[in-house]
Amino acid sequence: MPQDRSLFYEFKKGLWQDIPPFRLLLGLCPALAVSNSAINGLSMGLATLFVLFTSNMVVSLIRRTISAKVRIPAYVVVIATLVTVTDIFLAAVFPAISKALGPYIPLIVANCIILGRAEAFAQKNPLLPTAMDTLGIGLGFTMSLTLMGVIREVLGFGSVFGVKLLGSWFEPWIVMILPAGAFLVLGALVALVGWISSRKAAREAAAAEPASH
Amino acid sequence: MDQKTTTNTPESATGRPEAREAAVAEAPAAAAKLIVSTSPHFMAEESIPKIMHTVVMALMPAAAASVYFFGWRALFLIIVCVASCLATEYAFQRIRRKPIKIHDGSAVITGMLLAMTLPAGFPVYGAVLGSVFAIGAGKELFGGLGYNIFNPALLGRAFLMATYPVLTTTWVEPRTVEKAVDAVTAATPIALWKFEGSMDFNLLDMFLGNTAGSLGETSALAIIIGGLYLRYKGYINWKLPLGYLGAIAAFSAIFWLANPAKYPNPLFHLFAGGAMLGAWFMVTDMVTSPTTSLGQWIFVIAAGLMAVVIRIFGGLPEGVMYSILFMNAFVPLLNKHTRPRVFGAVKAGKG
Repeated sequence: MPQDRSLFYEFKKGLWQDIPPFRLLLGLCPALAVSNSAINGLSMGLATLFVLFTSNMVVSLIRRTISAKVRIPAYVVVIATLVTVTDIFLAAVFPAISKALGPYIPLIVANCIILGRAEAFAQKNPLLPTAMDTLGIGLGFTMSLTLMGVIREVLGFGSVFGVKLLGSWFEPWIVMILPAGAFLVLGALVALVGWISSRKAAREAAAAEPASH
Repeated sequence: MDQKTTTNTPESATGRPEAREAAVAEAPAAAAKLIVSTSPHFMAEESIPKIMHTVVMALMPAAAASVYFFGWRALFLIIVCVASCLATEYAFQRIRRKPIKIHDGSAVITGMLLAMTLPAGFPVYGAVLGSVFAIGAGKELFGGLGYNIFNPALLGRAFLMATYPVLTTTWVEPRTVEKAVDAVTAATPIALWKFEGSMDFNLLDMFLGNTAGSLGETSALAIIIGGLYLRYKGYINWKLPLGYLGAIAAFSAIFWLANPAKYPNPLFHLFAGGAMLGAWFMVTDMVTSPTTSLGQWIFVIAAGLMAVVIRIFGGLPEGVMYSILFMNAFVPLLNKHTRPRVFGAVKAGKG
């Protein structure tokens, strides 16, 4: 594989340029389902980061051994194993979080980001770039879910990570902790990130224009 | 939604039979120039501000009734909603660098309609929030007037319903708002029936508006006066309000006839809750109602059925808002699939 991109680029692209779910629009299910509080968003993000990182490392290691025809089932076995590990680990060590996230931890298996990165990146790249790529994407996902959780928790409960932030004058927006609130916040953030990106692209294009002529 | 400005394609002209007849009656050249578009459609000398200002006038009786029954607080809420809607529209158009069109009056109507659906004791910050959502998410994000899928005022109201479920259903007794610091809270006739099984209602009070309820929804009389004025001006199609009310009456009559001890009569359903306001001012929204005749019938009958079903079986006391919003989502589909075939035309091969 030609190494035309730096390792740092592989890491950093997941934090803004390809940040899930706002830019990739992958992993929407957990983003909608478990972002109703900051702690839920953070733990879901970290659990996904762990599975993403470890499973893609394995995929990268076995990428030459696996026949192309059966690669998807093979990846799923790897991912499912690691998800089970995560699920059991959380249930044993953080029972409260495990209970709050419920079926969404086992459902990490179905998270398109993980299979998506395995298909798009890990199966074509050696260990180190894969590690950087998945760490970046995973951290980006964790940041996104935490941000959604913070927004929804502030508006829906008036608190952040369970700490009361807004006084009794604030009438909580119940809608924010309902599924409808997840769609509203996700839509608003996708629009915001897209808007900032397009402005940035326009600025860079404008800056590049006089230099080329 | 694609704004088709097709010339002389007969299929798209069928949404307005009157227009077609008029065009056919004139010279063929005039027919060729006839511009047919999806709603909002207006003909000849009409303009958006003119239509909107007429609708505002038509809302005046209901607004006056709300002030009469709920005091100056009602007027205050209406002003807050209208001002917030105008400010939101201005801000959005400014940020998006679009022409500022707040003077066309459409935001005023959204603000008035939103205020009409709120209880008299509703807090100001809630009214502002609802207005910002109604115009921002309900209208400007879709591209402004004419492009919105859902009725903005109802969307704002639905958002408030989900955001402040207690505040939006805390009603006050009419004529008590000014007398006490804490207004006397009371249940609406429909909530009394639904949650307490009370069949003790006064139809005359409900017709006049002397019951607990949303500002502009309680007085069926005032709304009908405004609605008839709109009909007289030719801005609403009789099918929409009468079809919707007729559907509510017909479906509720089935339950009433089956068990009059448990289910109130159809008149109760017509005068209670938001049925009247919804029928005359929200179902008839030019932007969010179907353009074809068959589509309009399907729209109002399905919406009426849904309103009755929600009222009788749903967890909420009132179903008018959701019934209209739900059917709004089907309007593009209805417009597409209910285009009448032009006489003599062969069915298109593609399908």
